[in-house]
Order: sequence, then structure tokens, then C-alpha cells
Amino acid sequence: MNEDITDPILEVHDLTVSYSRKPVLWDIDFSLPKGCIAGIIGPNGAGKSTLIKSIMGVIPSSSGYIKVFGQTLDAVRGRVSYVPQRESVDWDFPASVLDVVLMGRYGKLGLLKNTNKQDKKIALECLEKVGLQDYTKRQISQLSGGQQQRVFLARALAQEADLYLMDEPFAGVDAATEKAIIEILRDMASNNKTIIVVHHDLQSVVNYFDWVILINMRLVASGPTQEVFNNKLIQEAYGGKLTLLTEIGNILEKREIPPREK
Amino acid sequence: MIAFWIILTGSLVAISSGLLGSFLILRKMSMIGDAISHAVLPGIVIAFLISGNREPLSMLLGAGLFGLLSTFIIEYLHKKAKLQTDAAIGVTFTLLFAVGIILISVFAGKVDIDQDCVLYGEIAYVPIDLWILDTGTIMGPRPVYILSIVLVLVVLFITTGYKYLKISTFDPAFATAVGISTSLWHYLLMGAVSITTVASFESVGAILVVAFLIGLPATAYLLTDSLKKMLIITIVLGVLISFFGYWLAYWLNASIAGSMTVVLGIFFATAFIFASNTGILAKKLKSKKDVIAI
Amino acid sequence: MDDLITFFSFSDPNIRYVVFGSILLAASSAIVGCFTLLKKKALVGDAVAHSVLPGVCMAFLFTGTKNISFLICGAFFTGWMSLLLIDYIVAHSKIKKDAAIGLVLSVFFGIGIVLLTFIQQSGNASQSGLDSFIFGKAAALVGSDLITFGLIAIILLIVVSVFFKSLTLVSFDENFAKSLGFPVRGLDMLLTTLTVLAVVTGITAVGVVLMAAMLITPGAAARYWTDNIRTMVIIAAIFGAISGILGAYISYVAPSMPTGPWMVVASSFIALVSFFLAPKKGILAKWVSNNRNKTIMREENTLKAFFHLGERDGDFTVPRSMAILANKRRMGEKQLRKSLVTLRSKGFVQEAEGHWMLTETGMQNAARIIKLHRLWELYLTNYMHIAPDHVHDDAETIEHIITPEIENELELLLGYPGNDPHKQKIPRL
Repeated sequence: MNEDITDPILEVHDLTVSYSRKPVLWDIDFSLPKGCIAGIIGPNGAGKSTLIKSIMGVIPSSSGYIKVFGQTLDAVRGRVSYVPQRESVDWDFPASVLDVVLMGRYGKLGLLKNTNKQDKKIALECLEKVGLQDYTKRQISQLSGGQQQRVFLARALAQEADLYLMDEPFAGVDAATEKAIIEILRDMASNNKTIIVVHHDLQSVVNYFDWVILINMRLVASGPTQEVFNNKLIQEAYGGKLTLLTEIGNILEKREIPPREK
Repeated sequence: MIAFWIILTGSLVAISSGLLGSFLILRKMSMIGDAISHAVLPGIVIAFLISGNREPLSMLLGAGLFGLLSTFIIEYLHKKAKLQTDAAIGVTFTLLFAVGIILISVFAGKVDIDQDCVLYGEIAYVPIDLWILDTGTIMGPRPVYILSIVLVLVVLFITTGYKYLKISTFDPAFATAVGISTSLWHYLLMGAVSITTVASFESVGAILVVAFLIGLPATAYLLTDSLKKMLIITIVLGVLISFFGYWLAYWLNASIAGSMTVVLGIFFATAFIFASNTGILAKKLKSKKDVIAI
Repeated sequence: MDDLITFFSFSDPNIRYVVFGSILLAASSAIVGCFTLLKKKALVGDAVAHSVLPGVCMAFLFTGTKNISFLICGAFFTGWMSLLLIDYIVAHSKIKKDAAIGLVLSVFFGIGIVLLTFIQQSGNASQSGLDSFIFGKAAALVGSDLITFGLIAIILLIVVSVFFKSLTLVSFDENFAKSLGFPVRGLDMLLTTLTVLAVVTGITAVGVVLMAAMLITPGAAARYWTDNIRTMVIIAAIFGAISGILGAYISYVAPSMPTGPWMVVASSFIALVSFFLAPKKGILAKWVSNNRNKTIMREENTLKAFFHLGERDGDFTVPRSMAILANKRRMGEKQLRKSLVTLRSKGFVQEAEGHWMLTETGMQNAARIIKLHRLWELYLTNYMHIAPDHVHDDAETIEHIITPEIENELELLLGYPGNDPHKQKIPRL
């Protein structure tokens, strides 16, 4: 099932995405209303990460389009924030906590301008919001997993965006940090920010998200949590009926045929 | 005076290579830097042949293109022929280097390079390779001018692009999401490495430039947790290594570039053992402290 | 020309020795290199190659002779040390593997250069052959040296064949090997020792700088011709041997030329040819297969055009003009003509007075494709709940690749359906 929404903040239409010639996502359609906290839910290998990466343009797509605030992503990049998975980064990089959060301001600066006092002020405020105000000079390799995630969140907040996409922010994080993060997200949502989270833990879905996007290589459902997050649809997402789709995907990959004829 | 020119040349090479190399090692692309330094050899020989050993800057740029070309070849083999990256690097740079050596051999009479020079340069000759104006004024050693220009370009590149280099090195996915072209900065970096390698070639040769490209920033990396400080330490160490390397070579009556590399090795070993947080000594002391605390 | 004949007649025992030696060295390096390649540790061989130089010089300095055995020991020592050092640095600091390799490689080489230049200008008369280590001189492989190197190469070959199974397993899946109780660490050390030995002997032919090519290039090339590791190793050895012969030949006709670069050029040439021309994996083969896919798709799309027109008119026997067909499928006239001609030769269409129509078998083929198309559309809409207006584009591609097995599965899954999501009939065959 797929709710129709007026004036969606995000609209994904007929999105097909391949990883080295193997289709990982087929014909995804959904839209998202403003001000919600949405969870992208699905089993391993379902393509959840791939979905937000292709929305952000980090991975190219084979078909379809994405509209953010009714426009192409390039027109509104300043209003969209992306928080990648923690392990995609080398935490031995010589940078302090403040350095990383300041990176969130780079999008607004362009090539030639450098960060100024105002940027620093914003960065410090964001660090305070995530509870890391005492860690500004700390080297990032000395942080715990939870603290690293908070740094990423602070960086995202420093972007002062309206739409936030987060890839597994709760993975490998201690309970206190998880609680703190979800509080911040709720606070953001109450300020009319929209947040999309790739999430892996079914137990906490009802608690955390008011909108759920169930996917497993294709869209299973997208809608308000209480309507979508039921046994029937979860079964369909996790049920593992995808042998045919996977077989076809393998053939496409082996013969190096693009999923859509040009 | 000779010592001054040589140490200056060594410092210029060390600083240019070291600054660029800092980003290479943080991107885990050290071996591509190594490949580029080898791949430029045929370009250098051809430049010598065409320009009659006079090497105007344009020739250096042309030779530098070979380095950039090698990165394209490596990527092509990896993406289109599906060759694993380490093999793509190995096949490409050895082929280009071999071609360079053959060219040197074949045109032995016409180019001012011999095989030894390729390996470890002839920095000792720098003071007498003078740039003389048409009026007869002696401006000083030519390599110093060339390397100075390269250093200026490198510093300009890094200071202008600092934010973008930093962010595309640390978190390329985030950088792309924010709208920065990570591939542009990648190729700019590779091009800069290429040109620096070509310019350094005469002084330290194709192999030892890798010491400055990789070994020098690696040493600085051990000594600090801040990127800015890492770059500054690279500069300072570069000068020190040149200085001590020259005198070591003088004492041993051996290759100057080689001696500089030996000094680099000693500095690295020292940093490895004694560096504050990450050194072996510090770790041993720390574990003893933990034991006592219990 | 005379040289060519003299050389390849192998009548001169010297030539025989040099060729034999070169082949042995190149082949043994290639074989050992296959395993480091499979372990994705190809560039480690490069580090070892640069690191043996100080060992060779030190051996010379300590023993005052150019006795090959001592030089080999020295080379072996520093070669092994460099690998231990790389692993140590990575394990005990934040420095990553690639930087450690570059660092160790250049510093060791620098030490070697200092020692070499120190030796060179100390006026020691017997050091003149030392720098043949750097660029290689296959012609230097005569007499007792050859016997020593030859022996080592043969030992390498024997050890590899004895431990072949274990080395293969450990290169492919170390954890699995460990779980089976294989001495993974010991085998790792064995492979390292073999690599160092191969380097130490190989550099006399190729030289320090280009040694990496002797390890990597033949194996990389061989990989494109087979999926079987035994075959890969044999092919790599052959490729290595060919480059070895060429090196020896160059050494013979142009004694002042360094042999190393020519061996590398030969080896790389073979590799590039393999990357492009190898059947199945080569770039050309992929391009050809890509084109073949496209051609088949075009032909099948042409058949579909007939079928769709026939469905629309309720009559499949109406002869169609090229213009109408081209319009239906929005195909270029030239491509359409090519497809039609091929289809006619396969007996799927026939022509009469510039108009075309399907034959009996053509009809069946067209129906099959239409069926697959509509089955897939149904699968996507009913089973995957994908919007009906999206599935057509997917099916346009997928209809061409659905195998009979998948076809059966689809029919079973969908319960032998009659209509597709657009209410069109699914052909019954």
C-alpha cells in the first residue's frame, strides 16, 4: 500500500538502482509528508542504504526520478542533510570533534570562503544539542561508537537543513546514546523538520517512527506506522519470496545488460 | 654555498611531495602515488628528447600528463577489464617504467639521463645546473626555480582547496551529498602529484620521491591528531631531513637522495617508538600504569 | 637476421644456459606471484623487490666477495625483514597497509642506494656487477651463478607443487582453511618465503625495480583465460617463460641493453592482449556479447511488432510494410531491415513484394516473447505490488532473458494466468 500525499517533501518515482549491473531496487514509488520521522525498514540486503544513497545522488539510478521540495536535488542541496554509516569513514583521520562538525557548514561556503565565527558558533550549538560540548577538541579516534554517532548528528544539524537522511544511526550504539538521539529527532520533527532513518531493529519501530517505508528490493508499503506496520506486510517484506527477482538480477549482472533498455 | 643549494632543493622536493602525500596516505592511495612516480618516466624522457635537455616548464607539464594518464589506465583496467586494483596498479606502472628505461637506453646519446640518475637522481649536480639569462646574468640553479614554482602551485592548490580536499578525503559520501565533485578533486590531486614527481625527478629520482611522498607524511601522521599540524610538521621535517641527509651523504661519500631517505627512516623510527599517544613506548608505559592502578 | 637464427637454433651452449635460466626464473616468479595475486597482496612483492637491495650490498660489504650464495642470503634477510616490518607497523600504529608498504619500500631502497653508492666510489674493483642487480642482466646468468639460481627456481617449483592444494585454499579463503585445521600462519610464512626467494632470484634477470611485474603480470594475464587455478598457474608460467626467452634474446643481440625492461614489456604486452582478447572475460569478448544481446533484442522486438499489429487488427496474416513496422517499434529503417533479413534466414518471417509477414514458427516465437513479457508484468504487479505503469519498461528488457525454467516458475507462481495487468491476453503455447 502506498499513501498519496499532497505537497510531499520527498517524491520518489519509478526508481531502479543497480550495483555493478545487478539491480538492487526495482521501480520504487513513494512520497513522504513534511514533519514526520520515517523509518526505512527491511531485511539485510533489501537495499535500504542503497535507497537513501541514490536519493542523495551518491549512487546513480537506472530509471525514475526523485523530487525534493518539488525540485531536483541539485537545486535544493542546501536543505538536505545526509548522515552516512559510521563505518564508511576512517576514524583515524586527524581531526577533532569540532573539525568534523564544521564540515557541515562547507556546503554553504563554496570553494573560496572559509569558516568564520558564525559557523563556529553554530557548530558549538549543535555539539551542545547532542551533549558533546565538552569534547570539542577531542580527537575523533578516541570517541566511543555512541559519541561518533553524535558527532555525525551534530554535523548534520550544523547543515541547518529541512530534510535529513540517516543511514543506520542506531547501529552499534549504547542505550543512552540511542535515547538521546531519538529525543533530538523528535525535537527536530516538532520544529517541522523531516527525518528519514534507515533502521534495522523491528522492536523499536512503533516507538520511534510515525511513518514506515517497508522495502525489500521493491516497495512493500509506505504509510503511517499504525497502518503499515502490521504482521501481514512485515511478513511480505521479510518473507523471502524474492528468488525469481534475484535470479533475474543475477542474469542481468552476468550478461551485463542494463535493467532498462535505452 | 653548494650545500645551501642542495639542501634547499631537497627541502623544496620534500615539502611539495610531503604536502600532497599527506592526502594520499589519508585516502589510502599511497601505491597510486608510487605508481605515478614511476609512470612519468617515459614522459620525462620524451620531454628531454623534444626540448633538447632544456626542459621548459611546458615540457614538464607534458611529462606530468603521463602520470595522470597512468591513473586513467589503472581505472580503465579496473572498471572495464575488471582487473583487481593492485594488479592494475602493478601492471601499469611497471610497463610505463620499463618503456622509460628502454627509451633512455636507446637514446643514450641524446638524453641527459642515465639509469642511475633515474633511481636516485643527481641532486649533487643541481648547484652547477645554472639558469643563465641572455644577458649573461647567472640567476642560480635552474631546478631551484622550477621546484619553487611547483611548490607555490602545490601550496596554492592545497590552501584553496583545503576544505574540499579535507572533506572528500574524510567522508567522500558526505562530500558528494553536499554537492562536491569528489572525482574532480581526485584528479586534481593526482595531477598535482604527477607534476611534483616530474619536477623532483632530476633531484631525487623516481624511486626516492616515494619516500617523501609517503614516508614523510606518515611520520608526521604519527606525531599529531590535527590535519593542519600534520602538514606543518611535514614541512619542518622535510627541511630537517634535507639538512641532515646532505651531511650524512657528505660524511659517507654516498648518494645524497639515498642519505636523505635514510634520515627519514631514522625520524620515522623515532616517531614510531616515542610519539606521544601512538608510540610503542607510550603504549608500554600506559599498560604498565594500568597494571599498577589495579 | 643472422642473430635471430643463431639464437633460436640454441646451438651455442651459452645461449642455451641463459635461455634456460631466464625461463626458470621468470616461470617460478610467475607461479609464486599467482598466489600473492589471489590473496590481493600483489604489491607486497614490489616492497620485497625494493627491499633486497640493502641486503645484497650488506652481504657484499661483509664478505668482500660477490659470491652469489652470500648475496642471496643478504637479500633474503632484508626481504623478509621488510615484510615483517610492514605488518608490525600496521599492527602497532594507525598507519595503514598501503602507506606502510610505500614507506618500507622507499626507506629500504634508500638504504640500499646509500650502500651501493658508498661501495661504488670506494673504488672496490669487484663491485662492478652489483648494479646488474638493479636493472637485471640475463646474460650474466652463466656458470655457477646459473646453477645456484636454477636450483632455487627448481626448489620453488617443487615446493609449490607439493603444497599446491593448501596454498590454493589459504589464498582463497583463509578463515575456512583455519576452521579445517590448516596451519594458516605456517602456510602464510611459507608463501612469504617463496615470494622472497622468487624475488631474490628474479631480480638478477629483471632488476629490482621491475621485479613486481614478474610476479604480478603473468598471473594477472593468465586469470583471463581460465577459472581453474591449476590451469592459471600453468598459463602464468608459460607467459613468464615467453618473456624470459625474449629477455635472453635481447641480452644476446644488444649486450648493453638492460634485459629487465624488455621482459616486462613482453609480459605486459601479453597481459594487455589477454585483457582485451581473452574469450569471455576479455573486453572485446564482452563488447561482442553486448552487441549480440542488442541484436537479439532487436530481432525479438521486431517479432513483437508483428504480433502487436496482429492483435490490434485481430488478424495475424496481414503483410506489413517496413514503414508500418518501423513506426510500431520506433526503430531505424536500417536496423529494421537487418533484423528482418536475419529473421527471414531463420525462417521466422517471409517477404512478398516488399511486405513482410510472420511464418508459423515466427508466430510461435513472437507469441513466446509476448507471453514472457506479460508474465513478468503480472509478476511485478501482483507479486511485488509494483505500479502497473512502471512494469512495462522492466518487462521490455526482462522478456529477452527469461529462461524456460524461470518461465515455468512464473506460470506456477501466478497460477497459469489468462491476462496481464493491462488486460491483454497471455498467449497460450
